[in-house]
Amino acid sequence: MNARALPRPQIPVNSADPRHAVTLTVNGVEVSREVSPRMLLSDFIRHELGLTGTHVGCEHGVCGACTVLIDGVSARSCLTLAVQADGAELRTVEALADGDAGLSVLQQAFAESHALQCGYCTPGFLMALTEHFESGDPLDLSDEGIREMIAGNLCRCTGYANIVVAVRRAAELSGRS
Amino acid sequence: MSTRQFGSRVQRNIDPRLLRGEGAFTDDIPLPGALHAAFVRSPFARARILSIDTAAARAMPGVVAVYTCDDIGHLDQALPLLIPHPSMRDARTQRPLARDDVHYVGQAVAMVVAADRYVAEDAALAIDVDYDQLAVELDLERAVAPGAPAVHTTHPDNVAADFTQVSGDPETAMAAAQHVTRIRVQVDRSTAAPMECRTVAARFDAASGELVVWDGTQAPIGVRGGLASIFGLDEHKVRVIAPDVGGGFGQKVMFPYPDELLVPFAAIEIGRPVKYIEDRRENFIGSNQERTQIHWIELHATKNGEVLALKDEFLHDTGAFIPYGIAVAQVASTSIAGPYRIPNIEVRFRAVYTPTVPVTPYRGCGRPQSCFAIERAMDKLADELGIDRREIRRRNLIADDEFPWAREGLLFADGLRVSLDSGQYHKALDLVCDRIGWDGFAAEQAAARAEGRDLGIGLAFYVEGTGLGPYEGGHVRIHPITGKVYVNTGLTAQGQGHDTVFAQIVADQLGVPVTDVILVQGDTAAYDWGVATFASRAAVVSGNAIHKTAALVRDKTVRAAANMLEVQEADVELRDGHAWVAGTDRKVPLAAIATASNPLRYAFNEAAQAATQFAPASRHDGPALQDDQHPGLEAAAYFSPECATWAYGVHAAVIEVDRATLQVKIHRYVCVHDCGNMINPTLVEGQVMGGLAQGIGGALYERIEYDAEGNPTNANFVDFLIPYATEIPDVEIAHLETPSPLNPLGVKGVGEAGCIAVGPTIAAAVEDALRHRGGGRFDAVPITPSAILENLGTA
Ligand code: FES
Ligand code: FES
Repeated sequence: MNARALPRPQIPVNSADPRHAVTLTVNGVEVSREVSPRMLLSDFIRHELGLTGTHVGCEHGVCGACTVLIDGVSARSCLTLAVQADGAELRTVEALADGDAGLSVLQQAFAESHALQCGYCTPGFLMALTEHFESGDPLDLSDEGIREMIAGNLCRCTGYANIVVAVRRAAELSGRS
Repeated sequence: MSTRQFGSRVQRNIDPRLLRGEGAFTDDIPLPGALHAAFVRSPFARARILSIDTAAARAMPGVVAVYTCDDIGHLDQALPLLIPHPSMRDARTQRPLARDDVHYVGQAVAMVVAADRYVAEDAALAIDVDYDQLAVELDLERAVAPGAPAVHTTHPDNVAADFTQVSGDPETAMAAAQHVTRIRVQVDRSTAAPMECRTVAARFDAASGELVVWDGTQAPIGVRGGLASIFGLDEHKVRVIAPDVGGGFGQKVMFPYPDELLVPFAAIEIGRPVKYIEDRRENFIGSNQERTQIHWIELHATKNGEVLALKDEFLHDTGAFIPYGIAVAQVASTSIAGPYRIPNIEVRFRAVYTPTVPVTPYRGCGRPQSCFAIERAMDKLADELGIDRREIRRRNLIADDEFPWAREGLLFADGLRVSLDSGQYHKALDLVCDRIGWDGFAAEQAAARAEGRDLGIGLAFYVEGTGLGPYEGGHVRIHPITGKVYVNTGLTAQGQGHDTVFAQIVADQLGVPVTDVILVQGDTAAYDWGVATFASRAAVVSGNAIHKTAALVRDKTVRAAANMLEVQEADVELRDGHAWVAGTDRKVPLAAIATASNPLRYAFNEAAQAATQFAPASRHDGPALQDDQHPGLEAAAYFSPECATWAYGVHAAVIEVDRATLQVKIHRYVCVHDCGNMINPTLVEGQVMGGLAQGIGGALYERIEYDAEGNPTNANFVDFLIPYATEIPDVEIAHLETPSPLNPLGVKGVGEAGCIAVGPTIAAAVEDALRHRGGGRFDAVPITPSAILENLGTA
């Protein structure tokens, strides 16, 4: 097909949605943007900030792939509007490892235990687990306890067995077992 | 020598990147200025389109373009039939955008391209389509009865294909039988539901004429071929990249989906990158599914339970279109006799059009259905003859020394013969019974009953033809500067860990660390030839191709090293990234050998100095390269299997049916499987476990529901129940390793193994648990609490 024959259409840059200013701290860095009031936090993180480690698997709050920490509490960024996060302290999977090359204890345990296959669900699991590991509460490391800990996240690849192993391993590595 | 990597539990090369959130899935690729596409989809299962009014949508701020079938030029034609077969008459495939008729809820009718996805969806809602709704029949059996409403006017009986295959002499064998067992079994529709939905993004560079498409596909080389032919572009002007892909399970091997053509089309027409990221509802109503089959199967046996003949007739739901041909039904029909001798087989299927999402392979591809049919039939035969369920299987299993066991007359989905190549079926059966506690179970069951708890045990065997052709290839090169080894293939991965298993194979040949082998896949610019990732074929077909290639590079490396070290080739050893003179500490790094194998003009480092054409170190009389010599250490080779190699396994489970909620709880689950030599047992177990979880979903929870008018009623993750961690039990996985004689590595595929036998295993166990309470047979999956209630009520 010949694509060069016709004049290009005029391309709008934006929708006609109104814009609101939001300012929040993301992985330790303060960011300010003008966003449409209906923009999902997941889209804000991914498309406005370019932090694409947070994934979306359903956009209706069931799969947990989009889990982030808002003021230290795990939340589904697909059920949150960007404007609701104004003033919040947000953490995403990109914040877990120190430095450029390393892995956090949880990440390392996942790698050792083959707890991921396609890796699409993984950031959501890591963020949900980070909340558990950061809380001072004792971790219930029984099979049931661990499965309960990850019961808000879907994984279609692994069958979960190795994620259970990884959680136990992470507890061991961090002296929590 | 370095330790052998083949067979070790090596950690995956890819993981650190994915764990840090640095994966690059399609929607993660930065495409500055990209526009976003959204679709108008049919709300009716069957209707005529009377008119489409796009004026309001076109006028919305932020909207760039709206396409209906009238706006897409030469694309407005039926999409290709990917796998033709003579059993199909006038096969129906869909058009990129519906013209005149729609055939399922979810069929694409119009596409909007806008500044962002929010606006694109607003505009899609503003498109006014006037439909004249038509009658539908959703029930598979009624759909083939006279007078049923037709999905396509060209097929008044709704039959898309009618195909019979025969092995042996079933007529004579049936006449000789002393007992006949007959059952009807049904497996319902499910869907792959990969966590990342389908994706496609495209950019057209008018200056170079190059079209680049990022596509979350399992078959980038196929997509490139399709795009080049449909758009009339040279293949090398179309680059298809399957970046990181969040699960596929077969759904992403089908192409082209309408968006895979329309997004590149819009990118070319508009001159800006365009992106389409399917949402979850669209994945349920717009991306292909699989499973519904109804089998009427008969086992003709002696009084001792030896099955002489098998007759099966089944209906296969192919949905509204049949783009992938009869592949699913054909795999089901050729796998129907399972691991049993059964020398006489007659199997017929009819593929039936229904006004639903089209059917193409989903992990398992017909095998879960045929396994359900034969295994439930075996259980019934055992019951009718008063033989233990384990014993009936023992009497019919193919013995170790009877391989290869050919089923002459049957042709597999690749068009090649069915010949079970190797196995230890009896040992597998003994092992699973041992591990699950088959012999002691009666006492356990009685004790539980005494406490008012209903426990049951079940087992099921499966076979899986894996490693289908036609071929795959690989290119291996040792890089002169870093000494790292690059392996390029035409495959793509969706989580299987190819980058690691192929690295293990290469590491063994070249004596380099696994982490120094870098796999480049999923990019047509990296490798031109190949087929795709499907049918549990990567390890078998690509694995062997890469093994072959690495051996060629090894030979070249040893030859060059012997020359440099001035020793015989036999005295050269490759390990730790070096070539060593055996028994000494003299060595030269692979990087230096690679550099020296390339007569250079310029000296940019020390190794290169040695390799320049003027250096005294490059010993040659006459030209730097001989007539038949190539620079560098690299090679390409291919592997093409003579026929499928057959993996197998056997599952057993102990379950409890909760008396109050009628929910099935799995107490113990054992899976014995044999996929030949294992390249990486950890990854094999991961594949098996993942398949098992999908099998458990299909056995107990997952069913795509349609109402009588053809509306999907559970097209979301709230109502369609994918198991969470809380639904999946701990599973004991045990391996047998019977090498395949059909390829040098002795491997068989494992991608689909886990899911196949779960349905009949669970059904048998539930039946066993509830029989004493008057429960009937469980000959359909999924087994939901309401199915159990109904079963107990009618018993
Ligand atoms: S994407 Fe947010 S829960 Fe699924
Ligand atoms: S690893 Fe693929 S969805 Fe969890």
